[in-house]
Amino acid sequence: MTSLLSHNPHTNSIGYSFAQPTNAGNTEHSYTDNGGSVLGITGKDFAVLAGDTRSTSGYNINSRYVPKVFKIGGEDETGKDAHILLSVVGFAADGLALKERLDAVVKMYKYQHGKPMGVRACAQRLSTILYQKRFFPYYVQAILAGLDEEGKGALYGYDPVGSYEREQCRSAGAASSLIMPFLDNQVNLKNQYIPGSGEGHALAARKPEPMSRETVEQLVRDAFTSAVERHIEVGDGLQMLVITANGIEEIYHPLKKD
Amino acid sequence: MFRNNYDNDAVTFSPQGRIFQVEYAQEAVKQGSVVVGLVNKTHAVLVGLKRNAEELSSYQKKIIEVDSHMGVAIAGLASDARVLSNYMKQQCLGSRMTYGRPLPVNRIVSQIADRAQTNTQQYGKRPYGVGLLVAGMDEAGPHLFEFQPSGMTQEMLACAIGARSQMARTYLERNLDKLEESSRDELITHGLRALKETLSQDKELTVDNTSVGVVGLADSGKVESFKLYEGQQLLPLFEALDKSDASETKDEETMEVDS
Amino acid sequence: MNHFPGTWGRPRDDVYGPYDSSYLQTTGPKTHTQSPAVTGTSVIAVKFKGGVAIAADNLASYGSLARFTDVKRLRKFGDAAVIGFSGDVSDMQYIDRLLESIDIRENYSAHGNQLNAKNLHTYLSKVLYKRRSDFNPLWNHILVAGFDSEKKPFLSSADLLGTTFSAPHLATGFGAHLAIPILRRLFPEERSIEEISKEEAVSALKDCLKVLWYRDARSMDKYSLALITQDGIEVHEDQQIEAQNWAFAESIKGYGAQTV
Repeated sequence: MTSLLSHNPHTNSIGYSFAQPTNAGNTEHSYTDNGGSVLGITGKDFAVLAGDTRSTSGYNINSRYVPKVFKIGGEDETGKDAHILLSVVGFAADGLALKERLDAVVKMYKYQHGKPMGVRACAQRLSTILYQKRFFPYYVQAILAGLDEEGKGALYGYDPVGSYEREQCRSAGAASSLIMPFLDNQVNLKNQYIPGSGEGHALAARKPEPMSRETVEQLVRDAFTSAVERHIEVGDGLQMLVITANGIEEIYHPLKKD
Repeated sequence: MFRNNYDNDAVTFSPQGRIFQVEYAQEAVKQGSVVVGLVNKTHAVLVGLKRNAEELSSYQKKIIEVDSHMGVAIAGLASDARVLSNYMKQQCLGSRMTYGRPLPVNRIVSQIADRAQTNTQQYGKRPYGVGLLVAGMDEAGPHLFEFQPSGMTQEMLACAIGARSQMARTYLERNLDKLEESSRDELITHGLRALKETLSQDKELTVDNTSVGVVGLADSGKVESFKLYEGQQLLPLFEALDKSDASETKDEETMEVDS
Repeated sequence: MNHFPGTWGRPRDDVYGPYDSSYLQTTGPKTHTQSPAVTGTSVIAVKFKGGVAIAADNLASYGSLARFTDVKRLRKFGDAAVIGFSGDVSDMQYIDRLLESIDIRENYSAHGNQLNAKNLHTYLSKVLYKRRSDFNPLWNHILVAGFDSEKKPFLSSADLLGTTFSAPHLATGFGAHLAIPILRRLFPEERSIEEISKEEAVSALKDCLKVLWYRDARSMDKYSLALITQDGIEVHEDQQIEAQNWAFAESIKGYGAQTV
């Protein structure tokens, strides 16, 4: 992500005498990074999307409670009737703008078609929204979660310009490099083998199985308490939204505030 | 056939000071099936009679949710109504986005009134062929507005527009004092009864031909979001109507005995 | 001679230093709106039981010059909110005009439906975000104090990029470094807003302003302080930082040309 920001057309070692091709406008002054991390995991009939609630500017803590996970397509104040979750991490103002655009799209879909927008359609739409700003991107990593047509947990991970894929789990943001390997190991059971199943290549890998909601929630809490220890931009609180057939449940856990 | 020289467009007055195109547009409203709207201290209710164009077709849409705090009932050209309600929906979303607040009802009503008025003063335009009842909730409480193709709007306590709506208005006028004190459910019942008044002899209210929309202030003091009742959801409302009809007739009987 | 034709016939970098090619730039948008000129420093604010207190000094600087010493950086919006501005003063005056026109428009419909501080903050953050997205930012960091739709004290911030956040106490600019630690110590998270009195909040703000006056070179000792409660808004302008004690200055060493 930093390469996007550090692009400076004038720091070339060679002093060209003719004008350099530049980006329209000075995008350097248009972004900031508000830190924080988010994480999503799906189960057989649920999806969990969680994020810490700290907002930072450099070494400053702006606030200890700025949510990064949002309900999409619900009523404004209460979030009633929402059926999709979106988390955004990176530049908070872009994140909020993106969330509001997607929310408006999902609401218009319901108004025009008389039925709620499915996550698959919503995921595709989010991708196009991001790509529309390909040359002045929303500086965010987004994760979209919901339940698919079969009622299974669905999770979509995005890059800032709209490339996306459906995944079992995904972490994004400041501490994603800390959390993602943990998830690879604990959710997809990477590098885990069945003891005594063989030697060398015969050694059988453990097969990932759908996890219970309790296990997933505990994994999320562990991932964040660990990230807090090692990353200064992560902390204060953990906001966890769980989507099931019964609706969306919000859980808040305090994290260390140091 | 008599040819009227002053009805070729909507921008020319007749010597009598009338704009015929606008009046014709208002006739279109009278052709539409009836919709009734009424308010009490806490709620605004819309009730509509849906028609099906033919036996094999579905029933038309009479009540549209514009936002969680507002809905409209339509009488007249449904396609014109859709243009207006799309505009209202966009404005409501816009207000929520820029200010984070639901758009005040009188504000949006005067906006569509301005649009309708423009159509009566610019050459080449056509007035909207639809009348609306706008029911909504804002910080000042529940509201009901009537909108006409001329661009006329007014806030109402109770109102009915569309075919045979005079019968409903008569009912509402007679029961106006009861409306204000009524509960949410009683208000719906009054609405249904006003609607029933407009029906011709061989017709009655069914789950297929009736729509009810309610918005108001919940007991919690928060806004009770706009709720549209259609199909089977109407059954409890009809039951309440039957029950209150029964007690009403009993009252009348006893009164007769008393006198 | 090297492989880069663009450098041929130009002064050699290793002899004359690197050539700043940005002076030659002819493409791209105008950039004169991309830096502030006359600026105001920190704004600080705290929530207390039944309201919000907000303060800012009366100085507008032109670089390091204390250019205007009687500039009011707190603005009342009807009876609903007070907005505190730091950053560019001309942009502040532009936003001020914007708010004026909204206030007039909103007051045409007199019954209910008045914009509250929260609505105002949402609006202003959108204005700031829109302008940054047009590469023409309004160079301000603002605090909005007042009440939300549920009549609870409201305090939130928005900056030139459109970033927004809300907290029980907020400060912009230098105040984020100097005032926030003081406020966090006085009003720790465990202490609910219900336990903080108006007097306590005001005295905390005064302490913060004093520290800022001691240490922020772009600040001054004349300030404005506003209190927003359900009873209305009080704005105290032309206040003076009292009980100053510069004795600590002697002990500061390590800057400039000291010999001892």
